[in-house]
Amino acid sequence: MDNKISVSNLNFFYGKAQALYDIALDIPEREVVAFIGPSGCGKSTFLRTLNRMNDTIPIARVDGNVIIDGENIYASGTDVVALRRKVGMVFQKSNPFPKSIFENVAYGIRINGIHSSKQDLNDRVEKALRDAALWNEVKDRLNTSAFGLSGGQQQRLCIARALAVQPEVILMDEPASALDPIATQKIEELVVELKRDYTIVIVTHNMHQASRVSDRTAFFMLGKLIEYNKTEKMFQNPDQKMTEDYITGRFG
Amino acid sequence: MVNTIMTSLTAICAVFVTFLLLMIIGYIAVRGFSSISFAFLTETPKPVGEGGGIGNSILGSAIMTLLAAVIGMPVGIAAGVYLAEYGRNWYGNTIRFVADTLIGIPSIIIGIFVYTLVVLPMGRQSGLAGGLALAVIMIPIVARTTEEMIKLVPTAMREGALALGAPQWRVAWNIVLPAAASGIATGAMLAIARVTGETAPLLFTALNSRFYNYYLDQPMSSLTVQIFNYATGPFEVEHAMAWAATLILVGTILVINILVRTVTKRRH
Repeated sequence: MDNKISVSNLNFFYGKAQALYDIALDIPEREVVAFIGPSGCGKSTFLRTLNRMNDTIPIARVDGNVIIDGENIYASGTDVVALRRKVGMVFQKSNPFPKSIFENVAYGIRINGIHSSKQDLNDRVEKALRDAALWNEVKDRLNTSAFGLSGGQQQRLCIARALAVQPEVILMDEPASALDPIATQKIEELVVELKRDYTIVIVTHNMHQASRVSDRTAFFMLGKLIEYNKTEKMFQNPDQKMTEDYITGRFG
Repeated sequence: MVNTIMTSLTAICAVFVTFLLLMIIGYIAVRGFSSISFAFLTETPKPVGEGGGIGNSILGSAIMTLLAAVIGMPVGIAAGVYLAEYGRNWYGNTIRFVADTLIGIPSIIIGIFVYTLVVLPMGRQSGLAGGLALAVIMIPIVARTTEEMIKLVPTAMREGALALGAPQWRVAWNIVLPAAASGIATGAMLAIARVTGETAPLLFTALNSRFYNYYLDQPMSSLTVQIFNYATGPFEVEHAMAWAATLILVGTILVINILVRTVTKRRH
C-alpha cells in the first residue's frame, strides 16, 4: 500500500489551547478518506494542517510530522505555495471569486503559469468544468458572474477551480453541508468519480455520506483520533465502543 | 413614557440636523444663484465693478484636487491594503494610530507643514504645494477606509485563492482588491469631496492667482481661497460673487456625494 500522506505525532495549538492530540494516520493514494466526529472535535483543523491552511491564523502552532510524498511539509524551507498547488482544497461554503465562471477556473491556472497558450487555457478550463460535472450547465454562459450560479453549482465550480491546477490531493471541508439533497448527491457522485485520479480527504457531518463515498473513515473526538479503519468495518463492526455509540447516534 | 420622550427628542434632533443642511444650502442658493452666469464661470477676477469671475479658481481647484488624488489615492490604498492584509502587528498598529491622529489634525497645520517642506525651499507658493497639502489630508482617510473595506471581504475568498497556490500578494492584488473596489472607490470619492472644500491648507501653499494658471510651480487659485478673498472684501459685488462661488463649491461636493450614493446603491 502506497501512502500519499503520512501523519505522526501531530499536535496543534490555538494559542495555549490544544486542539489536536498526537494524531497519527496514513492516507493511501487514490482513496477517499472521511473524517467524522462531533462539531469542534478538530477534524476541520486537522484537514487544514494538510495544506498548511492554518498558517493564516497568527496564533496557530503545529507540532509533529505531516509527510506528503516523502517530504515533511512542516520542514523549514517548504514551499507553501507549491504545497497548496499539490494539495487542493474545497471549502464548506462555496467561495467563488467575484469574477466570471471562466475566470474563476482560469485563476489558478494563470497564477501558476500552467497553460502554454490561450487555447490551452480554454481547454484546461473546459476539462476542469467537465471533470466537476458542471460543463453542460455553464458552457453557454462562461463569461457571466459566478455569483449567478446556484449553491450546488457554485460548489462544483469551486471543485473545478481546485481541479484546474492539477492537484494530487483534494481536501474537502464539509463540501455538501450547505446544499440540498440533489446537489449533495451530485457532489458525492463526483467524489467517487474523482477517486480514480486523486487522493481525497473529506470532512463530513453526515454519517451516511461518509459510508457512501469513503474507503476509510477516521473518527475524531475532542481533538483525538479515536479510530481509523476501513469504512465498511467502521460502520459495521467498529473496534471502539465510542465509535459505535457515535455512529449509531447514541451521543453526538 | 420615558421611552416616548427620548424617541421624540432624538427624532427632533435628527430633523434639526437635516434642517440645518437644507437651510445652509437654501440660503447659499438664494444668495448666490443670481450672480451665476457663463461669464462668471469662465472669466478671471477683475477690478471691482468690472465683473469678472472664478474660471481660474475652478480650474485651479480641479488641478490641485486631481494632483492630490493622483498622489493620495495610490499611496492611501496601498497603505490600507498593507494595514488590512499584513498589519496585525505593532508596526501596523503604529501606522493605524498615526493615520487616525493625522485625520484629526486641523488642516491648517498640514498647510504649515507643507509650507515649511515645499514652499520655503521652492521660494514661492505653488499649485504643487497646494496639491501636496491636499494629498497629505487625503492619504490617511483613504488608507483607513480602504482597510475597513478590505476587512469586509470574506476570509473564505482569501482562503480560496491561497488554497490554489496563490502567493499572498497576488491574493491581495487580484482577489481582495477587486472585491473591495466599489467600497474603496466610495471612500476615495468622499476623500476628494472633503479636500475640495479645504481652505486653510491652501492659504499657505497655493496662495491665489488672478490668472488662468496651468503651471504647477506657480501660485494657483482655488475656489475656497477665492471665496475667502471675495467674502472678506469691502464691496457688496464681491460678497455676491463669494456667494455664487460658494454655491458652485457646495453644489460640486453635493453632486460628488450623491453620485457616490447612487453608484454604491446600484452595486449592492
